[in-house]
Amino acid sequence: MPSLCRDCFAAFPDTKRCPTCGSPLIIAHPELNTLSIAHMDCDAFYASVEKRDNPTLEGKPVIIGGGRRGVVSTACYVARIRGVRSAMPMFQALKLCPEAIIIKPRMEAYVEASRAIRKMMEALTPDIEPLSLDEAFMDLSGTARLHGAPPAVMLARLVKRMRSELGLTGSIGLSHNKFLAKVASDLDKPHGFSVIGKAETDAFLRDKPVRMIWGVGAAAQASLENAGIRTFADLLRWEQTDLIARFGSMGDRLWHLARGQDRRRVSAHAPMKSISNETTFHEDTSDPDLLDGHLWRMAEKVSDRAKAKGLAGRVVTLKLKRADHSLLSRRISLRDGTQMADTVYRTARGLFDQVGDQGPYRLLGCGLSDLIAESGADLSADLLDPQARQRTAAERATDEIKERFGTDAILKGRSLR
Amino acid sequence: MKISIERAALLKAVSQAQSVVERRNTIPILANVLIEAEGSDVTFRATDLDIEIVDKAPAQVERAGATTVSATTLHEIVRKLPDGALVTLTADSATGRLTVDAGRSNFSLATLPKEDFPIMASSEYDTNFSANAPVLRRLFDKSKFAISTEETRYYLNGVYMHVAEADGGRVLRCVATDGHRLARIDADLPDGAAEMPGVIVPRKTVGELRKLLEDDEMKIAVSVSETKVRFATPDITLTSKVIDGTFPDYTRVIPQGNTRKLEVDAADFAQAVDRVATVSSERSRAVKLQLDEDRLILSVNAPDSGAAEEELAVAYADERLEIGFNAKYLLEIASQVDRENAVFLFNSSGDPTLMREGNDQSAVYVVMPMRV
Repeated sequence: MPSLCRDCFAAFPDTKRCPTCGSPLIIAHPELNTLSIAHMDCDAFYASVEKRDNPTLEGKPVIIGGGRRGVVSTACYVARIRGVRSAMPMFQALKLCPEAIIIKPRMEAYVEASRAIRKMMEALTPDIEPLSLDEAFMDLSGTARLHGAPPAVMLARLVKRMRSELGLTGSIGLSHNKFLAKVASDLDKPHGFSVIGKAETDAFLRDKPVRMIWGVGAAAQASLENAGIRTFADLLRWEQTDLIARFGSMGDRLWHLARGQDRRRVSAHAPMKSISNETTFHEDTSDPDLLDGHLWRMAEKVSDRAKAKGLAGRVVTLKLKRADHSLLSRRISLRDGTQMADTVYRTARGLFDQVGDQGPYRLLGCGLSDLIAESGADLSADLLDPQARQRTAAERATDEIKERFGTDAILKGRSLR
Repeated sequence: MKISIERAALLKAVSQAQSVVERRNTIPILANVLIEAEGSDVTFRATDLDIEIVDKAPAQVERAGATTVSATTLHEIVRKLPDGALVTLTADSATGRLTVDAGRSNFSLATLPKEDFPIMASSEYDTNFSANAPVLRRLFDKSKFAISTEETRYYLNGVYMHVAEADGGRVLRCVATDGHRLARIDADLPDGAAEMPGVIVPRKTVGELRKLLEDDEMKIAVSVSETKVRFATPDITLTSKVIDGTFPDYTRVIPQGNTRKLEVDAADFAQAVDRVATVSSERSRAVKLQLDEDRLILSVNAPDSGAAEEELAVAYADERLEIGFNAKYLLEIASQVDRENAVFLFNSSGDPTLMREGNDQSAVYVVMPMRV
């Protein structure tokens, strides 16, 4: 069986330890040299960056998350041993692990680390599909000749380089399609390297639960369970037409996935569907001024991201969560797409005024969807709002100032509320 | 109740009624038309709670009475009956059914009690005047294309009918805008209209009103209050709530200082715009106008699908100008011109443009340019 040493990248037939350097970090798989679709997932990414930048945190439980009422965004492996999980409410996490050190996310640091990793991946292949800052698919098909080594070797080099140059570890899943690559990267975390070959796909999947499928959340899981589907073996018993009849397009996907088939390409330009931002308040509020200030800040963030990506949206959404966690959302289509904070804010504000519920609210968010290129947006001004042109010009000027002197260089008074 | 009525008269009345009825409504009685027979007339009444239409038709009333029945079903039945048929409607209070007999066809329809039918409260009108159908037709036809469908600015979802001061004195004026274009249409002030309060007539009402205005000889009795408006012919009375809101001050939107004048044959212009816009499949197709001495080049450049250009001979004596517009808006305002040349007055490529027919100040359109 072809094997590979993860420390010195030596290839050899099959042994327990690397014959060259003696390392026990060995990957052995019959299809090791033929598989080329990979998923790389950083291990406890935010927490790892924090631990790297602050060595006193070494060995201590670290939780990244915001505020008293926030949720856990990442927990380091020490905290995970205590049962802390991402998306867990902070108070619950602290109950499980009272001595945990809570750190507010430093997005800039994570973005920087993510960029550095991205650079390393780009050296391997141009076909990279990032799913978030800390994970990405890579298609290394046809790169073996260029690199003079099969994808498995290049991936082993990548994680080693991440560790030595960035002080961060990641887990690799290598397989013959995206679905299985993503499943594989999760099998042996942290610092893992797992391979799922074509020959073993069916046997591997058979007794796995369907919730393993990315995108099958609690709701989908419940409806599948109603149909008596818990594992892949259950899925295999269904005819394709019956699955489609019952679950629509998801049924079709499930039928293929149950057979280990996933034809989606690794695409660098997976189109973004929406841009949104939301905030949970420290305390529930119904103060109109406070809510208005939050709304402006959210609109500004959404607009900043749209501008950074050269996008604009034709649908503005407003999201509110009442004190009892019930959700309220409103959306409206614009005639012209927009990326301007002023338009997003005014539109969302109009929606807010129509809600007619006094609150109190615990969360407020707004977003843009039905995205288009910025060249097709903000094309015409409002006849009835002659000042809108001046406001647009002011916003463009503000953007330039921020670009030169930093994001805090100039603010709207409204954002200080 | 038992009446006999000509199919044609019945069809006219019922089709008016069923178009007022909202297709999707949750209150069953609102899907019905109220039929009331008394004397030698039968009236058909329908409402969506905002608009009420009452249509009177001549009929032979054998037994007076009233009932309500599904407007769409009755309309469909009458529509499918042969021309010239005599239709007998009989309400049977014992079974709660309305039978429709015509020749060898007969139908039995479920009814709802007439007492449940909401009658719009009659109200006092501040102003009553009479206007010729063609006058109202022009006022609304030329303005309604600019009505907004945007729900957040609900006060734009109608035509603002009011009395205004124009150059030649006071006029009856209709204005509509959606923030992208605006139409301002004037007519001579009818006798008795001077004190009329300004009202925003909702889009749906404008559509229903249009059906009353086909006959050139018809005189329309118009009644207006702060909250309601009524248009009546001898047979049909259309009553509508008006939009409860303040129409924005449109006067500051109409450019006064635009000096760059383009004169062009409206039909040629519209056809050219339509042709060049073909290459773009975008929702907001932008047409670029390049103006030079007596020459207009219309062009569309859609990077994904293609480009088009067309040149028109025009009257233009000002300096060079490039300005872009939404093709649909240009076509809509150009199609309002029916007698003389279209006259466009521009300022800069970012300012609103004004369009009128020849020198006629009684119909003025404003359209906002777009970036191209």
